[in-house]
Amino acid sequence: MNNNKNIMIVGVGGQGTLLASSIIGQLAMDCGLDVKQSEVHGLSQRGGSVVTYVRYGSKIASPIIERKQADYILSFEKLEALRWADYLKPDGVLIMNEQEIYPMSVISGLAVYPIDVADQLISKGINLIKVNALTYAQEIGNSRAVNMVLLGMLAYKLDFNYNKWEKTIKEHMSSIVQHTNLQAFAMGWNLHDRA
Amino acid sequence: MKLLSGNEAIARGAYEAGVRAASAYPGTPSTEILENLAKYDEVYCEWAPNEKVAVEVAQGACFAGARTITAMKHVGLNVAADPMFSLAYIGVNGGFIIVSADDPGMHSSQNEQDNRFYAKFMKVGLLEPSDSQEAKDFAINGFDISEEFDLPVMLRTTTRISHSKGLVSLGDRKEYPLRAYNKNIAKYVIIPAHARKMRISLEQRLKKLAEFAETFPGNRLEGEGHEFAVITSGIAYQYAKEALGDKATYLKLSLTFPLPEKLVRNFVEKFSQVYVIEEGEPFLEEQIKSLGLTVKGKDIFPRFGELSPMIIRQALLGEAVEAGNSSANFPVRSPVLCPGCPHRSVFYAINQMKAIVTGDIGCYSLGVTPPLSTIETCVCMRASIGNALGLSKILTDRKIIAVIGDSTFIHSGITGLIDVVYNQGAITVVILDNAITAMTGHQHNPATGYNIKNQQTNKIDLENIVRACGVNKIWQVNSYDMHELTAALTSATSCGQTAVVIARQPCVLLNKDDCSDKYEITAQCRKCKKCISLGCPAIMIKNDKVVIDSQLCRSCGVCAQICNFGAIRKVGSAYE
Ligand SMILES: Cc1ncc(C[n+]2csc(CCOP(=O)(O)OP(=O)(O)O)c2C)c(N)n1
Ligand code: SF4
Repeated sequence: MNNNKNIMIVGVGGQGTLLASSIIGQLAMDCGLDVKQSEVHGLSQRGGSVVTYVRYGSKIASPIIERKQADYILSFEKLEALRWADYLKPDGVLIMNEQEIYPMSVISGLAVYPIDVADQLISKGINLIKVNALTYAQEIGNSRAVNMVLLGMLAYKLDFNYNKWEKTIKEHMSSIVQHTNLQAFAMGWNLHDRA
Repeated sequence: MKLLSGNEAIARGAYEAGVRAASAYPGTPSTEILENLAKYDEVYCEWAPNEKVAVEVAQGACFAGARTITAMKHVGLNVAADPMFSLAYIGVNGGFIIVSADDPGMHSSQNEQDNRFYAKFMKVGLLEPSDSQEAKDFAINGFDISEEFDLPVMLRTTTRISHSKGLVSLGDRKEYPLRAYNKNIAKYVIIPAHARKMRISLEQRLKKLAEFAETFPGNRLEGEGHEFAVITSGIAYQYAKEALGDKATYLKLSLTFPLPEKLVRNFVEKFSQVYVIEEGEPFLEEQIKSLGLTVKGKDIFPRFGELSPMIIRQALLGEAVEAGNSSANFPVRSPVLCPGCPHRSVFYAINQMKAIVTGDIGCYSLGVTPPLSTIETCVCMRASIGNALGLSKILTDRKIIAVIGDSTFIHSGITGLIDVVYNQGAITVVILDNAITAMTGHQHNPATGYNIKNQQTNKIDLENIVRACGVNKIWQVNSYDMHELTAALTSATSCGQTAVVIARQPCVLLNKDDCSDKYEITAQCRKCKKCISLGCPAIMIKNDKVVIDSQLCRSCGVCAQICNFGAIRKVGSAYE
C-alpha cells in the first residue's frame, strides 16, 4: 500500500492513548502529509479496550486500519497487545508496554489473565519490542508520563526528526508539564540505543 | 489547515455560515458538535432537556429569521420526529440544519437505524459528508440549500465521520442579516386547512431541490477505472476508494435525497454492471431500483454492522475471507462502572431487595453486567418507569424498582412518573443523581445548575419535581452510605405506594484530583470475596490475596462498609 503509514495505538480507557495519537496526527499534518485519524469514544472512558488509528501519507481515504495492515502497533497494555496483534503487517512492529490491567471478567473470576503474553506473540512470529514504561516514567518522577515514554519509543521508528516531535508535543500541553513529558519522550526515544 | 473531527468540522462550518442559534441534547456520536459551537460567542447555544425540545427551540430561532442548527444521535430523532415532520411542511425562514449522527456497528447505541430513511420519510433534503472537509462544506451548503428551497436539511453522519479526524481548510465567518419575521399564520400554523396547501408546495419544493441535486458539485463522477462502476455515498465512498482505487469509476453522491435521477440513470445505463456500495440499509439501492434500473448492492454487501475496505475487497476482488480473529478466546474487556462510581453501591443495595429491576440508559446501564447483574430490562430513555408500572400491574405480587439517571429523568422520566402517580402504581423509582450527564462525556443538564457554557443558571430541583408530580413517599440518601440506602429502599418497596428514592453523590470523574484516604485490605481478611462482588475494578485477587489497587481506589468507602470482618480500612488509619 504505497508509502502510507498505518499506526494503531491500543490500550485501556483512561491510559492517555488519545493524546499520543493526536500528537502523531498533528505532526504528520505539519509535515505536509495527508492524515486521517479515527477513534471510537463513547464507552471507552469506562475502562473498556480502546483503539485509535492514525494513517498518514500522500493521500489517505479510509480512516480505519484493518487486519494485517498496521505498520506499527503501540500497545499500552499486555492483554490489548494480544487482542490486536492480528492487525499487524507481517513485517510490522509491535511495541508493548508491560503493564497489566485486569478486566472485570478476570477480577470477577470469569476469565483468566494470560500469563505468557510475550511468548504467545513471539510464537505468532511477531516482531516484538517490550518495555516497562512505568519504571522509566517513575525514574523521572512523573508516573503519568507513561504515554510519552511509549510515544518516544514509537517515534524513533517513524519518519520525523526529533526537533519536530519536541515542538508538536509542546503544542499539546501546558508549559507546567512540558518538561517532564519531554524528558519521558526522550527516554523512550533513547531506549532503542540501550537495548 | 487544521486536523478536525467531523463533529468539530460541522461546528466550524455552521459558524462560518453565520449560524446564530443551536440547541441539542447530547448523544454519542453527536455531542461534540454543540460542545464546539458553544465556544463561539456569536452563537446562542443550549443543552435542551431532550431532542424534541431542542428541535422546537431551534425552529423558533429559525422562524425568527436566524440560521439555526440542531444535532442528535440517531435515536434522538425518534424523540424529535414529531416537530421535524411538521417543519418539512412549514419550511424555514432562517436556514435550518438537523444533524443526525448514526452509529453503524453500535459502538455506543442500542440499535443501528439508518436515519437516511427519515429524511425521505419526513421529506427534507439530505446531505451525506464522507470526511471532515465535506462535513464543514456541507454545513455551509446546507444552510444555503435550506433557505433557497424553503426546506429543512438533514446533515447525516456516522460514527466514522463524526469521530474521525481529517484535514480541513478554514474560512472566515460570514454574517447574514436576520430574515424578517412577520406574523404569517398560513406558513407557521399547521392546521389542516393550511397543511393541505403546504402538502402540495412541499412536493414542489422537493422537485426543485431534485433538479438542483443533478448539478450539485457534491454529486459527481470520479475516476476512469474500467473494472468496476460504483455508486456510493458517505463513509462508504472512502472505503470504496481505499479498496478499489483507480480500478473503478465512481458516481459519488452527497445530496442523496431527493436523488438526482438523471445523473444516476445516465451512469447506470453507461455500464453493464453497477455496484451500489453503501453502509447500512439499501437506501440508495432501493431508490435506484425503483427507477427501473438494475444494480447490485445488498445481495453482496451486508446491511448490518460497519462496512470496511476489507468487506468490499472480499465481495469484489475475491480476497479470501479469513477465519475470525483469534482474539475471541482472550478475556473480554467490556466497559465497567468506574472505581468509586456512586451507582455501584445503589445497585448493591437494590440487589438485597429481591425486586424486579427495570433499567434505563446511562452509565448505570452497566449495572447489567456481572457481578452486580442488577438490571433486568433496558429499552430506551425513560422506559424504566413505564416498564416498571406495566410489570407491576400484571405481576402484582412482586416488588418492582425502576432505576433512572438525573439527565434521563429530566429528558422524559417526569412524564413517566406522572403516569405512575396518576394510575396508582406501587413501584419504587430510584433516581441516580450523579449531578451530570455522565455517559455521553459529562454534559450539564437542568438539574446541575450550569449551562452549556459552564455558567451558573437556574437549577431544577429534583425533589420539588417529584413532589409536584404527586409523589408523597420520597427519600433522599447519600449513595455511599449503605445503611441509609438499605433503610430507604426497604421502606420504599414496602410502603405500598408510589415511592421515589433520590440517591445523590457526584460522578467520581467530576473530581479530577487524586484523592487521599485510600483504602486497603488488612490481615483480618478471610477471603470471603464479598467485596469482590461489588464489581469494583480497584478490588481484585492477586497471588491468592484480595487487594485494593491504590492507584485505582477513589476512597468511596463502600467496600469497607460491606465487609463482615472489618478487614478494610483507610491506609494508615489505626486499628480500632
Ligand atoms: C433518545 C436518546 N438520546 C440520547 C441518548 C444518549 N444517551 C445515552 S445515556 C444518556 C444520558 C445519561 O445521563 P444520566 O441519565 O444522568 O446517567 P449517567 O450516565 O450520568 O449515569 C444519553 C444522553 C440516547 N441513548 N437516547
Ligand atoms: S463516569 Fe461517573 S457515572 Fe459513569 S461509571 Fe464513571 S463514575 Fe459512574
